Amino acid sequence: MGLVIGSAFGFWATPTILYAEKAQPLQFNHKLHLEQVSDSCKSCHTLREDGSFSGIPSIQSCKECHEAGSLMGDGKNEAAFDEYLKKNQPIPWLVYSRQPDCVFFSHAAHTASAGLECAQCHADHGQTTKLRPYEYNRLTGYSRDIWGTGPIGLGGPPHRMKMDDCAKCHSENGVNRACFVCHK
Amino acid sequence: MVIDLDKCTGCGACSVACMSENNIGVLHDETDKIRSITWMRVYQIDNGKSFPDTEVAFIPRPCMHCQGGTSGTPGQAFFQEDPMEEAAHTPCVSVCPATATDYDEETGIVSQIPTRCIGCRYCVAACPYHARYFNWYDVPWPKGTPRALSPFVSPRMRGVAEKCTFCYQRYQAARNKALVSGGEVGEMDYQTACTEACPSGAITFGQLQNPKHKVHQLISSEYTFRLLERLHTNPKVYYMSKREWVRKKADNYVTRHNKFAQAAPQSGH
Ligand code: SF4
Ligand code: SF4
Repeated sequence: MGLVIGSAFGFWATPTILYAEKAQPLQFNHKLHLEQVSDSCKSCHTLREDGSFSGIPSIQSCKECHEAGSLMGDGKNEAAFDEYLKKNQPIPWLVYSRQPDCVFFSHAAHTASAGLECAQCHADHGQTTKLRPYEYNRLTGYSRDIWGTGPIGLGGPPHRMKMDDCAKCHSENGVNRACFVCHK
Repeated sequence: MVIDLDKCTGCGACSVACMSENNIGVLHDETDKIRSITWMRVYQIDNGKSFPDTEVAFIPRPCMHCQGGTSGTPGQAFFQEDPMEEAAHTPCVSVCPATATDYDEETGIVSQIPTRCIGCRYCVAACPYHARYFNWYDVPWPKGTPRALSPFVSPRMRGVAEKCTFCYQRYQAARNKALVSGGEVGEMDYQTACTEACPSGAITFGQLQNPKHKVHQLISSEYTFRLLERLHTNPKVYYMSKREWVRKKADNYVTRHNKFAQAAPQSGH
């Protein structure tokens, strides 16, 4: 009984108390875009020439396909998107992957060099039709939602991106584990 | 890194460049010299003679990135059976109880992770070059200035030790670029801030083991030496000077080729 209560506290209560939710400013259908625009995440989430990752596409790259009002449905979400397009204003997306200040992460090293697929870390994010709510730690302000497996490998919603996960993968693949590889 | 002490004029441009590259702040009271922080400090020495014969030299001192001889067994150097046998060690790494600092075999750089440091200051005590600093205060950044800090270097909090990292963030950027273009990190792709800033070209930076790099040629010169070599810290910063008194002073008057014979029994220098 104690074990059950303890586990419930660990897996349900603590995360609920510790993390707060915020909704994204708009909804985005990754699946639809993958089907209609291109077959690769990399056509919108690009690596720059100097190897840095450009992250979330700018409103300009949305504009390459969406002239104001075109290629859209007529829901509330689309109307809001249209506003951003008209004003040429960046959409204030909440970035799931924001890491603490001391972390250095290179997308180039993991995709261009090690050849990992995006899904290895981001799971099926590219196949979703809706954006998950943004969950952030009430104490640190950092988001936790990026990783492919839930607690104790049970699957379920992505839960974490912890130093252990990086270290584990680096050891398993014989990659350098010196502090400065990931820290700054 | 090779620093030519005959070219160094002691202007301090390297210190300033280092401070702005690495988000080192100015404290409330910089007259408190014991607690001020300069990863790259310029020391002054002279030949001890009076006026007409006085000569002065300046020694810029970053972290030496002492090379650990054997990975995984820190401290082994102290237990060598034959004391004459060369065995190197990294003093700060072997004493850190929090593994907040380590020696990277791949790049040869000694890292320091402030978020892991518990502030015990063993490393500060162990470093024979005084290259490590303890953060006594949070930097009082004037309003608005934190936004101008470099995002590639995390600012340190009070209560941790910190030191020069050979501008590791620049290596990371150069490596990223090389990964994408499929090339290698070239000599000029990765230069430290102090190297770039030195107006007299006294500092040369590159891979010591790479015969194509200039530092490799420089360290084979007979005028090249390292600080306190007899401690077996095996530094990766080399100095060069054609002036004999400079070379002697830099190694505490112990001559290069007969280190042990002179180092041990003599006292009172
Ligand atoms: S110079 Fe000091 S801080 Fe740098 S590696 Fe050597 S012992 Fe450590
Ligand atoms: S002050 Fe920090 S880095 Fe230095 S020995 Fe102590 S824990 Fe390690």
